[in-house]
Amino acid sequence: MSFWNDPLKVAADWLEGVFTGWGMNADAAHVLVAFLGVFLLITILMVIDIFLVWVERKVVARFQDRLGPNRVGPFGLIQPFADIIKLIIKEDTTPGNADKVVYNLAPILSMMSVLILWAVVPLAPVMLGTDLNVGALFLIAAGAIGTLSIIMAGWASNNKFALIGGFRQVAVMVSFEIPMLTVLMIPVIFAESMNMNAIIAAQSTWYFLISPLGALIFLVAAIAELGRAPFDLAEGESELVSGFNIEYSGMKFGMFYAGELLHAFTFGGFWAILFFGGYRFFGLEQVSPFLAILILIIKAMLGYWVIMWVKYTMMRIRIDQMLAFNWKFLTPLAFALLLVTALMNALLASAPAWLYTLGMILANIVTGWIAIEIARSATRSERERIEGGKKPAEAHH
Amino acid sequence: MTAQQIIFILIALFTLGSAVMVVTTRNLVHAALWLVSTLFGVAVVYALLNANFIAVVQVVIYIGAIAILFIFAVMLTRKDMRDAGPQINKNWWAGVLVSLLVFGGLVYMLKEWSGFTKTASELPPGFDSIGLLGEALVSPNAYVLPFEVASVLLLAALVGAVYVAFNPRAGKSDK
Repeated sequence: MSFWNDPLKVAADWLEGVFTGWGMNADAAHVLVAFLGVFLLITILMVIDIFLVWVERKVVARFQDRLGPNRVGPFGLIQPFADIIKLIIKEDTTPGNADKVVYNLAPILSMMSVLILWAVVPLAPVMLGTDLNVGALFLIAAGAIGTLSIIMAGWASNNKFALIGGFRQVAVMVSFEIPMLTVLMIPVIFAESMNMNAIIAAQSTWYFLISPLGALIFLVAAIAELGRAPFDLAEGESELVSGFNIEYSGMKFGMFYAGELLHAFTFGGFWAILFFGGYRFFGLEQVSPFLAILILIIKAMLGYWVIMWVKYTMMRIRIDQMLAFNWKFLTPLAFALLLVTALMNALLASAPAWLYTLGMILANIVTGWIAIEIARSATRSERERIEGGKKPAEAHH
Repeated sequence: MTAQQIIFILIALFTLGSAVMVVTTRNLVHAALWLVSTLFGVAVVYALLNANFIAVVQVVIYIGAIAILFIFAVMLTRKDMRDAGPQINKNWWAGVLVSLLVFGGLVYMLKEWSGFTKTASELPPGFDSIGLLGEALVSPNAYVLPFEVASVLLLAALVGAVYVAFNPRAGKSDK
């Protein structure tokens, strides 16, 4: 097996050979090489993260008809390094009476909850951290740690605004976890496995094509998990400042900010893996693992771009409306879609591929249409109830 | 001693230490956070037993839902996070007795078991533990009855919670 076909294994074997050549125990060398692999992955991710700052600022500038960073370096490319230097030399403040250990642990956990997700991301057919057979659930488990970090940050800051911001963010994250978990089961039904690599391997037709509604619900729930607009309910410039992280300064704030950007990129990646074939692109992934990684990164970037597009286009929505939207619309819809998908999958199990795809698309459209009709009649009666109460008052004018 | 045994002992010490901190710390939010680390230790024990699914579900349910709810409940109901009362009451000896009896009984029973001194065998490659678990949960020959009973119980709890929280007059009061 040559380097170009399976670079990770060849490099790992070579390094293990070097370490055992120095008289190291074979098991110890194995563990050390695994640690180096993790270290390498995290380093690459953090370097990508630095450039995501630039990408985010440049893209938002284009959406808002501005130029964005353009002073430091060509196209402003050195700007993130200037930002990082600024963050590092800022005074590291801790609020009075803050719970120091919890306060300092929260940004680390926040970053960790994002980085740990990459343990189950298959970068290429032969390059993956761990071949976990519960990869889909692992996504939710890592999100649980992120939720915990936010409530820790909000509470430990000893600040009312931070606490309220943390509460609001956690309420949104805990609520939208349910439709996300439900919709995650749809690719699992199709692939008959929770393993991320198996889900990609089974996608000869993209799951977006046979479950467009599922892909859409996953995207909505993912944006809610990220806490980005229109779900940026922890923030409120006039009444809550910037939510759970207001007391953090310097690099600790940087950890939250970089974590959010990397999280958005990661969810773009998971969207691509679950619904857009991951590293697969017309057999190109078989040519070279490096090409497969490139395809995955491009797809993840496109997902990230959609998330940014939503963020900078949508208006803010009030928190009670957002939670009502989740509990009264998105969660029942996700459950209904899961039932319909499972049923159709069983009914069409022996049907030819074109009939299967067509049936799935029709099932999705009908489910979505019924859901929208129910929501429309519910909002209409709600509006009539409110406006009906107001009418006598308006008649006086 | 194998590497797995060393990891197990470290994790067990971590879990037990966290559990002791849960009941001894006076700060209620700290107690909840120590509970999170205890539950995380248990999840690692499940992972060591090759029960990946149970380990991940442990993190999702206990840390992602239950522990967060604990923290919420503590923060919303308590004005002062510090508990000033005595930490043990006069029944402490009964608690010690019961826990020692349970521990002693478990050790005694496990010593009789033939698998007590053996190490776990490796799972064969391609062993589909989740598939088998899923089939066992819905198979009439296995656990379908307990599984359904537990589901109905949870549904009843859910309906009960909604009934307790639901105030039929709340919607009419603003008219």
